[in-house]
Amino acid sequence: MNEIVIQTDKLTKRFGDFIAANEITFDVYKGEIFGFLGANGAGKTTVMRMLCGLSKPSSGAATIAGFDIYRQTEAIKKNIGYMSQKFSLYEDLTVMENIHFFGGIYGLSGRQLKEKGEALITRLGMRNETKKMVSSLPLGWKQKLAFSVAILHDPKIVFLDEPTGGVDPITRRQFWDLIYDAVERGITAFVTTHYMDEAEYCNRISMMVDGEIKALDTPANLKKQYSADSMDEVFYGLARKAKRNL
Amino acid sequence: MSIIHCQLSTINCQLSIINYIKMIVLNNIIKTYDKGETKAVNNVSFEVGKGELFGLIGPDGAGKTTIFRILTTLLLPDSGTAYVNGFDVVKDYRVIRASVGYMPGRFSLYPDLSVEENLRFFATMFNTGIRENYDLIKDIYTQLEPFKERRAGKLSGGMKQKLALCCALIHRPAVLFLDEPTTGVDVVSRKEFWEMLKRLKEQGITILVSTPYMDEAMLCERIVLIQSGKILSVDTPSTIIGQYPERLFAVRSDNMGRLLSDLRNIEIVKSCHAFGGYHHIAFVDRIAFAGQANFADEKENPQNALLHALENENHRNIEIREITPTIEDCFIRLMGNHYQPTANGFT
Repeated sequence: MNEIVIQTDKLTKRFGDFIAANEITFDVYKGEIFGFLGANGAGKTTVMRMLCGLSKPSSGAATIAGFDIYRQTEAIKKNIGYMSQKFSLYEDLTVMENIHFFGGIYGLSGRQLKEKGEALITRLGMRNETKKMVSSLPLGWKQKLAFSVAILHDPKIVFLDEPTGGVDPITRRQFWDLIYDAVERGITAFVTTHYMDEAEYCNRISMMVDGEIKALDTPANLKKQYSADSMDEVFYGLARKAKRNL
Repeated sequence: MSIIHCQLSTINCQLSIINYIKMIVLNNIIKTYDKGETKAVNNVSFEVGKGELFGLIGPDGAGKTTIFRILTTLLLPDSGTAYVNGFDVVKDYRVIRASVGYMPGRFSLYPDLSVEENLRFFATMFNTGIRENYDLIKDIYTQLEPFKERRAGKLSGGMKQKLALCCALIHRPAVLFLDEPTTGVDVVSRKEFWEMLKRLKEQGITILVSTPYMDEAMLCERIVLIQSGKILSVDTPSTIIGQYPERLFAVRSDNMGRLLSDLRNIEIVKSCHAFGGYHHIAFVDRIAFAGQANFADEKENPQNALLHALENENHRNIEIREITPTIEDCFIRLMGNHYQPTANGFT
């Protein structure tokens, strides 16, 4: 776990006078599940957008999968996967069409698409669903499919923005099994979540408050440091101090 | 003396029955979409008493929003009957609309109106003014007041939610419907919001609130657990937890990932689910009962048997302790024993 796949150094984003993200510095290692937590409005989305090469920092430096966040944004995009609860798949395309569409965007060849598509369908047990519209699938299936599609091109890092919101408790746990599988294959997972039990499944966690990272450690160490029984308490203790509640 | 006492208690009993006024009633409500293909709400019945803080707990697709839309007269059920404040949701829809507050899951205030304009608009729509009912929203609105000139669309998530609640309350409704008010909201704002609900309840407002967060169930007086349009259970959270039919244990070791798969392969373990820092397990029935009956006998003690099995798998710092189930444990259990989670399983 020594190879660094995300490295940020005093990464800052200003919108006018407002400092959305202030001197964010952290490393994420290959094969790690990194939990990126914070209160609403703490600046998580701003940082995520910079890390994905979608927004230029105001100052500071960062490399994602070895690529520079200012100059190599296209290379970054090819080497990461992204999935969120809000946007994942095209509802009006079938399961297989979505696989081909996203695989195609990520530059997979016809043969790769066929092989990887088949493997994905088998792994998810969705043989009978390949010709169904995504809109007709239950939410849990959609989320699992969306995740699998996001890592179809074997990215170095997959960004998961609240991937399990609103999903039933059993499917939520199956989703984490998929994350563990991906991590076993060497993919790094960068995850945000509002479920504090899921924070415990991460190797390390950072907590953002008012645009700054206020804590970063393993769940066990954070609980020890804040004399808390659960991550819920750790989060509450830190986020309660937030002044930026606008 | 004892006869008098007896009669008094009968009277008390009758009084409490009289005091229980049904504010929401659903009888065998069915609602389907796609020409009957999708059963969104499948034969749902429950009642909510006056002044109750009642929770609809279930994941997306459980049917929560459909139930809200039927009760707020925005959607007709296929069959079944429902009453709000004694009025029929089909025939008396006008009366119901005037006497309930509804905060939909999606932000639905006017983004181009200011905070104050939105509030005044909703007050006027319900033939009232802000001043008349200000006491009801005072606690919440004072937090918004510094931004009253700001357009609603420019507010943060937490502030939007507070404004929406004020707008739903401004006509002093008899029943308040809140559809997932805390979804996507952080832990701190969620706690604040539930504090607000508690205070509203104390003022006599009946509240039906839905949430996908199982831990919030404990903050309700009574709850419905709902999944795929069907009710799994209706009761107080503590009763539902008390009815959990098995002894439940929390297990951890230094390698939680491997522990999960190892536990699933140990034959005395009946079920195993990840729960944050621990995995929750139940033993197969025979062993659980044997352990309860004769805890002194180590061979019959499932905890020790499990400890040895895990030591054999080279787990270190193993901890096994009996726990009280959470609502999420109950929900998983009620979702059905046939639905056994596997690594990538679609059953």
